[in-house]
Amino acid sequence: MAPASIEPRAELFAHGADIGVRGVGPTCAAAFEQAALALTMAVTDPARIAAQTQTAITCEAPNDEFLLLDWLNALIYEMAVRRLVFGRFAVAIDEHRLRGRAWGEPIDRARHAPAVEPKGATLTALKVELNDKGAWLAQCVVDV
Amino acid sequence: MDLSRLQRISPTEWRLEPHDAMRVPAVLYASEKLIAEMDDKVLEQIANVACLPGIVDAAYAMPDAHWGYGFPIGGVAAFDPDEGGIISAGGVGFDISCGVRTLLTGLKRADLEPCKEELAHSLSRTIPAGLGSTGRIVLDEIEMDRMLVGGAGWAVEQGYGRAEDLDHIEEGGRISGASTDAVSQRARHRQRDEMGTLGSGNHYLEVQQVTAISDNAVATSFGLAPGDIVVSIHCGSRGLGHQIGTDFLREMALAAPAHGITLPDLELACAPIRSELGQRYLGAMRAGINCALANRQIITYLTRRVFAHFFPEITLPVLFDVSHNTCKEEEHEVAGKRRRLFVHRKGATRAFGAGRPGLPPAFAATGQPVFIGGSMGTMSAIMVGAAERPEHAFASSCHGAGRQLSRHQALRQWHGRQIVDELRKRGIIIKSPSMRGVAEEAPGAYKDSAAVVEAAHLAGLSRKVAALEPVICIKG
Repeated sequence: MAPASIEPRAELFAHGADIGVRGVGPTCAAAFEQAALALTMAVTDPARIAAQTQTAITCEAPNDEFLLLDWLNALIYEMAVRRLVFGRFAVAIDEHRLRGRAWGEPIDRARHAPAVEPKGATLTALKVELNDKGAWLAQCVVDV
Repeated sequence: MDLSRLQRISPTEWRLEPHDAMRVPAVLYASEKLIAEMDDKVLEQIANVACLPGIVDAAYAMPDAHWGYGFPIGGVAAFDPDEGGIISAGGVGFDISCGVRTLLTGLKRADLEPCKEELAHSLSRTIPAGLGSTGRIVLDEIEMDRMLVGGAGWAVEQGYGRAEDLDHIEEGGRISGASTDAVSQRARHRQRDEMGTLGSGNHYLEVQQVTAISDNAVATSFGLAPGDIVVSIHCGSRGLGHQIGTDFLREMALAAPAHGITLPDLELACAPIRSELGQRYLGAMRAGINCALANRQIITYLTRRVFAHFFPEITLPVLFDVSHNTCKEEEHEVAGKRRRLFVHRKGATRAFGAGRPGLPPAFAATGQPVFIGGSMGTMSAIMVGAAERPEHAFASSCHGAGRQLSRHQALRQWHGRQIVDELRKRGIIIKSPSMRGVAEEAPGAYKDSAAVVEAAHLAGLSRKVAALEPVICIKG
């Protein structure tokens, strides 16, 4: 059972020329959702994104770290080929299999004013862990 | 960076002797001030590179080195396949063959002033830039394959340039050995409508003015004179390169144990050059190089079209086109022996000096131009490959100013609108769809480009030729 006191949150952390994305939550899945939100925060303000379209994503990886990498890279791919930005996410994780949904809309360059274009999630600072306070953390550096 | 860990070889050369798992020393080129200001992570990363199998001579960091992923940005390392040498997707980076192409205009600043605003507007409307932008070319599978093999040559065949452009590009505008089969469907999909796009982040198209000449003879040979206007295009292989990086970083990281490779940092994901995976990456990465060369060729075409509207008489010849993020098979002399090596340059420029085989004929007597990008408010430089120490860092030099503040720190210090207004007072026009993006790329977020250029010059990596100041900057 996840501790109720852990508030999900998304944050960015500094890394040289690139950007670190970090999600924290009461479950591993919630931390993955927040890491995805942080990815959007690197690009634009998630509050400006309407939930017009839904995209389904599935990934499977040998461990949680590579699963996070695959999840973020799948989102980056969808953003790139379908010109979308996402503002809301839902993730379910079973072992090292992920089923996710992302809600968003086509990018509007005037309204969203994207600051950067994510190229790929990297293995740098890649971490998925449960800390001693019962919070899950999922993070890595994204090349922009 | 803690200087006490380094041995000072000269005012611009510092050495970390091999320790623990390092197979070779790490050598850093920079002034004492630049070294002191470098993040400790640079030393950690370049020392990790020195641990990789088959590394030759030393792992090198250029004067603009900063914290990257795996390799530092501004890192150079060469590997010998005969000694189990590796090829690393992390050593090339996501933006394969990101580079700079500079065009000569023959114009002076006074020619530009009457139409500067309109020119800036027209360039920003014509050159697709930033997230969500698309090019006007949509490639089907057949044309994608042709582009991946043909590079800038393919673009010229399609009408996006002139045959003589190819004589002023590394590899003649096309690197051989590209493997279309090694490029995933995802990489292809990301590139379908991204040909001729600039991208975002630190990529730009800049109209610049030559403000100082340091070497008259070489400058004249390059076609540069004080007051000249040039155009520099900084971009890479776009979504295709990003996806190749993504695909192979994952695969190489997971396959490292099977190849008997212990990675000091997972991001140094690599495979033996002579493995199936290494060869497959090499083929895909070369396809990425050709994609970048084609991309810069198409942007050249778009730039020429814009300038032709304002200045119908000018042709904008290519001065040169250099790539920053590559692994190239080259012959180098190491300890008196010629060896074929795979030279990784991540955020570093090849800097062949005069007389070196492989130079385009136009630069055989001078050495190749080396472009050092500044920021939207600070000087850029044109340098030339140095012949005096031809094997210095495997004939490499720096590629830009190098960041000194993270995007995060930059956002806390500056507002985009404030920067645009301040630069406008200095006569510099910035066009960008994102004011936050401008703040993240603030000139103050970068190292002093003049200090980086001076260090590269003093270290003998490349020699100063001309200094450039920005006039118009189109950012993604």
